[in-house]
Amino acid sequence: MTAVIEAGVLGKRYRRQWALSDCTLSVPAGHVVGLVGPNGAGKTTLLGLATGMLAPTTGTIEVLGGRPAAGPVQLARVGYLAQDAPVYAGLSVAAHLRLGAHLNPGWDAKLAQARVERLDLDLRQNTGTLSGGQRAQLALTLAIAKRPELLILDEPVASLDPLARREFLQDLMEATAEHGLSVVLSSHLVGDLERVCDYLIVLVGSRVRLAGPVEELLARHHLLSGPRRDPGSLPDGMQVISASHTDVQSTLLVRTSGPVLDPAWTVSEVTLEDLVLAYMSQAAGRGRRNHLEVQR
Amino acid sequence: MIEFHLDGRSGVAPYLQLIHQVRQALRLGLLREGDQLPKVKDVAAGLAINPNTVLKAYRELEYEGLAAARPGIGTFVTGTLGGGSLAAHGPLRRDLQRWLAKARRAGLDEESIEALFVSTFRSVGEEDIA
Repeated sequence: MTAVIEAGVLGKRYRRQWALSDCTLSVPAGHVVGLVGPNGAGKTTLLGLATGMLAPTTGTIEVLGGRPAAGPVQLARVGYLAQDAPVYAGLSVAAHLRLGAHLNPGWDAKLAQARVERLDLDLRQNTGTLSGGQRAQLALTLAIAKRPELLILDEPVASLDPLARREFLQDLMEATAEHGLSVVLSSHLVGDLERVCDYLIVLVGSRVRLAGPVEELLARHHLLSGPRRDPGSLPDGMQVISASHTDVQSTLLVRTSGPVLDPAWTVSEVTLEDLVLAYMSQAAGRGRRNHLEVQR
Repeated sequence: MIEFHLDGRSGVAPYLQLIHQVRQALRLGLLREGDQLPKVKDVAAGLAINPNTVLKAYRELEYEGLAAARPGIGTFVTGTLGGGSLAAHGPLRRDLQRWLAKARRAGLDEESIEALFVSTFRSVGEEDIA
């Protein structure tokens, strides 16, 4: 199967600042991909490159096997929902649907109509007066009715209240199941993504720190706690992602290919949130600072 | 038709929770052979979870011989759990209700009742093995 996103040493520089560097990825189709990282990590830049709204400074990127925004066919295959779900504030809901129908060759008018009815949106209403949740749902309607193969969403739920957030994710998951969509969505909050993603990309400081199927990532990482010891004395093949120590105890989050055999450790499973936070703090250099405190 | 729910704080993987709920429903007679399981799309939409999670749970149930997918229609129950013992559930439940009422009258709170039940259950189990 063709990868939805295939990037090779991809980079994007704004003046002297690299917003994304050395990004090599191969994301298989049929997943809901969570792109997680703090604000300013490069998430929007990566999504911009994938949609073809930005051109790479270095490296290559292919989306569904084609160059992003290479032509009408490629454009029709990818749906994009920008941050804060922008709509045309001067236009009515009905005008948005007409716009969608005119601009998208594969437009599914029946689907759009049914969704607007179910959402109880007034067709004559000016979209400038919609609530945040309604605006997001209208934008999602346009993105789904375009019937793309890949739907890219930039921080789709960040500005929504908890109820609107849940409703949005419910509808997104329904569309994913119904149309067999591949989805890439970004968020700076991993909690939003925990149930919906089965593929994770952690982006911190313009670099990809971790990428893979969620289940595999969770199986390969363990939380170890036991008597204090030097992380350097761990067996080969065990990589420490984050470590904290007291005077008697060490707690480590490690990445390992095999099972943890040393009986001195109490081994527990990690959650997606543990994992993301560990890689974020590692990237921020906090893991090392903790280590130095131990040496003192 | 059963309805799934998820406990976000249990730490149990969502697909395992779905499997557990189907098995539970089979044991309690809420689901019988031939019954349809909720559609993948409806579960994904209802719980706001990845459809692949639901598919994984259903595949596992198929592997256990408890369910089978009919392409384009849905997934149906093909097995039973608890065998022919369902008929005995009614009388047993009434016995248990009487026993619970007795325990409450004796002043046991819920936690004490649960502890007593679990420890008795275990000790009887051990006698059976020995």
